[in-house]
Amino acid sequence: MSYINPKLDLVRRSASSDPEPALAPGDQVAKLIDISKCIGCKACQVACMEWNELRQEPEENVGVYDNPADLNPDTWTLMRFTEYENTAEDRLEWLIRKDGCMHCTDPGCLKACPAPGAIVQYSNGIVDFNSEACIGCGYCVKGCPFNIPRISKADNKAYKCTLCSDRVAEGMGPACAKACPTKAITFGSKADMVTLAAERVEDLKERGYARAGLYDPPGVNGTHVMYVLHHADQPSLYAGLPDNPRISPIVETWKGVTKYAGLLAIGAAAAVGLGHYFMAGPNEVSDHDEDAARKLKEGRDV
Amino acid sequence: MTNNWTDIKNADVVLIMGGNAAEAHPCGFKWVTEAKHHNKARLVVVDPRFTRSAAVSDYYCPIRAGTDTAYLLGVINYLLTNEQYHKDYVANYTNASFIVRGDFSFDEGEGLYSGYNPERRAYDRSSWEYELGEDGFARRDLTLSDPNCVFQLLKKHVARYTPEVVSRITGAPQDKFLKVCEYIGSTGNGERSMTIMYALGWTQHSHGSQNIRTAAMIQLLLGNQGVPGGGVNALRGHSNVQGLTDIGVLAHLTPGYLGMPRDGEGNFDGHLAARDFTPLLPDQTSYWQNYKKFYVSLLKAMYGSAATPANDFGFDWLPKIDKVYDTLQIFERVYQGEVNGFICQGFNPLMSVPNKAKMSAGLSKLKFLVSMDPLMTDTAEFWKNHGDANPVNPADIQTEVFVLPTNCFAEDEGSFTNSSRCLNWRWKAAEPPGNARHDAQVMAELMQRIMRLYREEGGTAPEPILNLDWQYADPMYPQPDELLKELNGKALRTIRDASDPTKVQYQAGQQLASFGHLRDDGSTSSACWLYTGAFTEAGNITARRDNSDPSGLGVHPNWGFAWPANRRILYNRASADPQGRPWSERKAYIQWDGSRWVGPDVPDYGATVDPARKVGPFIMNPEGVSRLFARKLMAEGPFPEHYEPFESPVANVLHPNHSSNPAARVFKGDLEVFGTSDEFPYVATTYRLVEHFHWWTKTSKLNAIVQPEFFVEINPALAAEKGISNGDWVRVFSNRGSVKGKAVITKRIPQLTVDGKTVHTVGMPIHFGFIGETKTAVGVNALTPFVGDANTNTPEYKAFLVDIERADPPAVA
Repeated sequence: MSYINPKLDLVRRSASSDPEPALAPGDQVAKLIDISKCIGCKACQVACMEWNELRQEPEENVGVYDNPADLNPDTWTLMRFTEYENTAEDRLEWLIRKDGCMHCTDPGCLKACPAPGAIVQYSNGIVDFNSEACIGCGYCVKGCPFNIPRISKADNKAYKCTLCSDRVAEGMGPACAKACPTKAITFGSKADMVTLAAERVEDLKERGYARAGLYDPPGVNGTHVMYVLHHADQPSLYAGLPDNPRISPIVETWKGVTKYAGLLAIGAAAAVGLGHYFMAGPNEVSDHDEDAARKLKEGRDV
Repeated sequence: MTNNWTDIKNADVVLIMGGNAAEAHPCGFKWVTEAKHHNKARLVVVDPRFTRSAAVSDYYCPIRAGTDTAYLLGVINYLLTNEQYHKDYVANYTNASFIVRGDFSFDEGEGLYSGYNPERRAYDRSSWEYELGEDGFARRDLTLSDPNCVFQLLKKHVARYTPEVVSRITGAPQDKFLKVCEYIGSTGNGERSMTIMYALGWTQHSHGSQNIRTAAMIQLLLGNQGVPGGGVNALRGHSNVQGLTDIGVLAHLTPGYLGMPRDGEGNFDGHLAARDFTPLLPDQTSYWQNYKKFYVSLLKAMYGSAATPANDFGFDWLPKIDKVYDTLQIFERVYQGEVNGFICQGFNPLMSVPNKAKMSAGLSKLKFLVSMDPLMTDTAEFWKNHGDANPVNPADIQTEVFVLPTNCFAEDEGSFTNSSRCLNWRWKAAEPPGNARHDAQVMAELMQRIMRLYREEGGTAPEPILNLDWQYADPMYPQPDELLKELNGKALRTIRDASDPTKVQYQAGQQLASFGHLRDDGSTSSACWLYTGAFTEAGNITARRDNSDPSGLGVHPNWGFAWPANRRILYNRASADPQGRPWSERKAYIQWDGSRWVGPDVPDYGATVDPARKVGPFIMNPEGVSRLFARKLMAEGPFPEHYEPFESPVANVLHPNHSSNPAARVFKGDLEVFGTSDEFPYVATTYRLVEHFHWWTKTSKLNAIVQPEFFVEINPALAAEKGISNGDWVRVFSNRGSVKGKAVITKRIPQLTVDGKTVHTVGMPIHFGFIGETKTAVGVNALTPFVGDANTNTPEYKAFLVDIERADPPAVA
């Protein structure tokens, strides 16, 4: 289950008309993932599963090192491996990117979410999901420019990396950063991470990576998970990291005119629903359904 | 490691070859990223695969598996030809100037040194020696110009390894090889240093020891031995395997690298006579002259008061070996039906020893097998049918199997010795589950029962058993701190200061502070002289956790205890020139201040020995210098030479008559199942994955989630040739067995041109078997050959021949 951390200050709630104060620059945190230091050991993946008590069933090998094959409700971070033939430099490169929620300053998931308070943003920039309010509609999946959230078949809730908001609230860094043996993952204030990234970019340039740079995409107003890339001019080399991520125009519209038209329609639908309830009574969950849901949650075949 | 993990941050060049530190040592690898980030170090990787280490390297060069010696001899040729070696270091700190005996020779056409006996597959090594003068000391030519001096012999020996020949043998493109040479050569000046990090990619060959020797020679030529950021660094593969070798769990050694008694030595005097440490130059330390002190102290630890001068301290009670009983030798005997019972303690040989079919047949001949392990192992279920993964018929196997659950590492306290030779005490985190017992408990109770049987019923030669000193508070469970104290050693009676007999140095029973205080008269005990200093009167030194680094050079003198004598960089006297001044300020470490040797580390030298006395810095050697010429110490020759693996896609281009190591031991029956390149055209190599640890973690769900299944890595060109698509099932087969796995088609496996022929590599991880959370697999050692290194008998897991085809999924039991 994901939940809202009561120790952190909220600045935004999904589907709510609360005023949206800007993130306080001094409070903002960030995780910096230095791809030039990453050896793809997956210690971060395991630390994530351990801290968040996630255990999916082992999958099969499908011809790559990416295991599991994709993010899923029990895998919130995943190493993605790309072989890149750098013909200009006559060398092979094995680009290994830790994928997971980028914690956008302008979170597309939050904007798209129709369930009040199911997605929140704290003043430190972390974007968190709240299972209690989540309705499993999947709009966050559509709203995310990085294709991160996944809907659980077991409980029909959306899941993704929390940036260990529970640990951060206690003054610790995320579990993945703690486990990283090579300091490829560091965590701190966003300002410090930007400074560290500049130092790393300089080192990479000195080694011949003329286009090295920081990935902190402006299309979502920056992120609280950032990458140091050797080829910052081609983010998509790194297992399809978006070159210029933006929130889908549909989501932007949904928050605009459509929202009010939609609210009217919802009101009408609710009235019909209420009418139906009084006429036909509530929906009962059968024992069979309960049993099937339990098996699904335990990962067994239904 | 001659240096240590934290010292890697001082390197200017990091060469990873014969290992894949990012994969197999991810935590230690942090010091490589540290060197890159804060010391502008360049990381160079030479490997048959583009590895995880290569992924973060500055330069990668491919190489055919099993040809590292040729590559490294080519590097030596480059350094000598281009004069990129450290001339003063070579002249003063190596045996380059020593004159070799006139009857020593090397036949370049045959690839054989003087003294070869083809029937015995062994050498008479007597000619591999220095020429001695009338004074008994070695003759030298300090100008290095005598044609029979080591330097000139070496130069001639490596002249054959031109870049063109290196490329023909190894498949490394010449331009890439030369670029690597440039990186290496940039450190031969005292100003910059290179560390070499290797692991089983060098050891697991029929010529593995020579791979490492060649690397050591490169470091000596560059002056990179004994300096910060230098050294030849063996990355050990288990958390405590360094401890295992230190305390003598090897077939030919007793604790502290003292020799196992052998048939033919006769008595203790004979054993000592076979180990002559007379200095070969005037005024040398030749520290092994203290060998008897270490040995007598070991015998006192073993036999206590029963060990007396009159009975040679019980030396005769030690077993005498007629040959080395290494893993392959033992399992050859098991296979021949010469062994009744086998106690497997933390060992899964069905998975980890070559030629699974031979292993399975051998285990089936045992009367009983005991498995002491925290986990159920594949070996303990060798008798059980697991479908294609273990297709045996239990009805055919009569071996009785006992499974004794033992504790996991976190369920006991004790010391671990890491690759840095540093002993670190760890505390118990949990109690062992169920009926699991500590290993020491199991062994102690077994020993107590055997002792009782001897006492009650007698038997042949009971002395070694009944005289064993067993002074533990609970004889049924020696405690880890008691054992460490015993390894450290103590005074057995009052000991007076050697230089001032009025002073009492130790009261009887006190723990010793230094192996320098060990005696050969029976007044001290120490079960492992190298560990003296680990548990002293000041307490458990290995439990220290002060991580301060006063010099900033990665020397943490109050963190644990590094043998010997808490020394963090071995041979560190060589960081200074013959006058005792640092070779360069950048690499200053230990230096002479006019009266003492000073620096952040414990000097590897007499603390007050004046440089004017010309005592060599390599104090363990009788010549006081390091060896480019190994004398009689290596089985296959005093200089390394390129030998092909026993299964190779090409003949040795230098000497086809002796293609592979002429001194490696091959058992009858194993020779017959070596495959040839006509039938098995591809080079296979096996390796670890970072997601797993040996065959343990396949029992852990988390590890299985991140790497669930055995796979086979091949190049896209070979895949196309064989009609294999990514993720297809493939069958890989050698002349010994066959495995099935999922195809991972990757450009990271290079296609090489070797002597004009295209050579493909098939790469397979170890880790998978038929017990645990990962998908069921045969185990890759169904394929590997039963032959080992000529010196250590470490099996040749890293280079052999296979064929590959697309296949149906395996049948599951």
